[in-house]
Amino acid sequence: MAKQLTGSQILLKALRKEGVEVVFGYPGGAVLHIYDELAKDPQGIRHILCRHEQGVVHAADGYARAADKPGVCLVTSGPGLTNAVTGIASANMDSIPLVIISGQVPSHAIGEDAFQEVDSVGITRPCVKYNMLVKRPEDIAPAVKKAFYLATSGRPGPVLIDIPKDTSLAPAPYAYPAKIEMRSYQPSLKGHPGQIKRALQLLATAKRPFVYAGGGVINANAATELRQLVELLGCPSTNTLMGLGSMPGTHKQFIGMLGMHGTYEANMAMQKCDVLLAVGARFDDRVVGNPTHFAQDHRKIIHIDIDPSSIAKRVAVDIPIVGDVKHVLQQLLKELKGSGGRKYLPAKASVKDWWGQVAKWQAKDCLRYRDSKKVIKPQLVIEQLSKVTRGRALVTSDVGQHQMWAAQYYSFAGPRQWINSGGLGAMGFGLPAAIGAQLAQPKAQVACVTGEASIVMCIQELSTAKQYRTPVKVINLNNRYMGMVRQWQEFFHGSRYSESYMDALPDFVGLAESFGHVGMEISKPSDVEGALREAFKLKDRLVFMDFKTDDTENVFPMVAAGKGLTEMVLAEEL
Amino acid sequence: MRRILAIKLENQPGALSRVVSMFSARAYNIDSLTVASTEDATMSRMTIVTHGNDEVIEQIIKQINKIVDVYSVIDITEKRHVERELLMVKVLAATPELRADMHRLVEVFRGRINDVTDRGFIIEVTGNGGKLDAFLAALPGNAIKETVRTGVAGVTRGR
Repeated sequence: MAKQLTGSQILLKALRKEGVEVVFGYPGGAVLHIYDELAKDPQGIRHILCRHEQGVVHAADGYARAADKPGVCLVTSGPGLTNAVTGIASANMDSIPLVIISGQVPSHAIGEDAFQEVDSVGITRPCVKYNMLVKRPEDIAPAVKKAFYLATSGRPGPVLIDIPKDTSLAPAPYAYPAKIEMRSYQPSLKGHPGQIKRALQLLATAKRPFVYAGGGVINANAATELRQLVELLGCPSTNTLMGLGSMPGTHKQFIGMLGMHGTYEANMAMQKCDVLLAVGARFDDRVVGNPTHFAQDHRKIIHIDIDPSSIAKRVAVDIPIVGDVKHVLQQLLKELKGSGGRKYLPAKASVKDWWGQVAKWQAKDCLRYRDSKKVIKPQLVIEQLSKVTRGRALVTSDVGQHQMWAAQYYSFAGPRQWINSGGLGAMGFGLPAAIGAQLAQPKAQVACVTGEASIVMCIQELSTAKQYRTPVKVINLNNRYMGMVRQWQEFFHGSRYSESYMDALPDFVGLAESFGHVGMEISKPSDVEGALREAFKLKDRLVFMDFKTDDTENVFPMVAAGKGLTEMVLAEEL
Repeated sequence: MRRILAIKLENQPGALSRVVSMFSARAYNIDSLTVASTEDATMSRMTIVTHGNDEVIEQIIKQINKIVDVYSVIDITEKRHVERELLMVKVLAATPELRADMHRLVEVFRGRINDVTDRGFIIEVTGNGGKLDAFLAALPGNAIKETVRTGVAGVTRGR
């Protein structure tokens, strides 16, 4: 008879088999057996103790994006799991591969309203790619195999394994499945050759081609292919919030982010192009604005996405190509570079005229802002951050105005540098995600761009950063308001600033210091660059930089919710 | 427009719930739903009747397909198919005239009488939804004590 292991031993062995080096977690009653096994093997998996389960999952999310590996979380039953839900939902919206192990009350107690019992599988069902309750120890190894396969294949996402306490102690033989076959789940990787051909034929006819690329390009590690394709086509390109970095920020053919706070030129080009190539993006409400308005201008759309349900969800598509973005882009490139591929390229003269139009839009210089010698403009901080880190830092953000300024003014050199909660928009994401990103890339410069409202939502993770010596630079754009709420109240609610002013703020410098970090307060525009340089010189310390910024600065351009893409409000118009 | 979707899915805990919660999470309608295991005990068969315009139905089908446990989903509405629903209705019929009327109706609709008491019957009728509606309409209104309908089960014809 094969040697028997406990459920916990099986779990850890299976995780190591999957190449897991780091687990983010928080212990509790239902996972004690698993934690006991972790302690018995100090050379094994490294456990990162976050200070709240929301932080656990966001940290694993940041780690997953920066490491290009699935993030792994370990949380206890009941409140451990419910605290984790925000993080899980965020990873689900952004298609980030995570495997979450949650403890559950003992099997015999399930359904009895036991202490720290919740229906974890039920609660997470709408915000995971898949989840399962594993009641027998011999089922743990296959469940882990299935979880990693599902989390990382197809459209990635979080997968939860719920393990009752008795299951994590009960013995069973260990056998790790060599491979997994699921008759009900077979994502298609390669694009249909007929559709590829049709896409090429359409591109050949384009007079105003435009490439719109999203987070799918980052997930598929297809930035190189995307850039090659854009260069071959010679046309302008844009990124969604989730796609930033898939085109280098300084690339001549990159005309900025599009959408609600996208550049004038990107939104105009999106509306006025005649052939749109959408790559790993999903035409969401923050990108297209009002779909009826978007449909007023006629254009043909080619849409590449691994998830068929993303295609034709909000916008009608002419040529859908279901497949892995990297595979499909390689298929397109192969045809374009092959003999006779040139006939598929749009006519150079038309593309040149199109660039002439785009240049007129670019001349609006829509990201220009009124600089000040007295008060720090938030845009200036991000511009300087971009300059000081030469566009090569890993930048995480929380949610709100600072997030949009980071997206607009930081020039990302490459993919997997920009890490934010784009879909769910979860405040509290930035700091734990930065810690996770730093653990994935210990040598990288990591900045967490945040605001004084967001940072407080997961401020406890400053302890985690201290314990694991992650030298994150916290860029706190402190305007004493929930800035984006305040902006919407100014525009749409008669400047009635209902509950959006942050009264009784902590002394952030003192707060950072009490956690054992370095704190800096910066209130003069002339000090911004120097302070940033000084902070990044402290290579082994977390530096909390509290920038006292203009309290009523707004994010422009702006497409109000429900408006059309071209109905932008620009800074100069106010 | 009314649509009948035939779904095969893994016979696993939570699989039914995944499908149902997708409908509620995305604000789609379920007019009826039937589910049971098949000749292959590891696979369940579900028939969902829903409605919506073409775009909505396309999204519903894609979203069902996206559920990891779902093996296949087809819209059988436009295909040659058989759809059936079972109705059981408890009727009050205490007088000889009423009882005779009921017997005739049951015969016309090819139903069956299942339970007989001195106060009435349980009548069973199968057919498509329209037939069952017609049967109920034909019964005297005050005769109906309780109705139970299973919802539609559907299968394509041929092969």
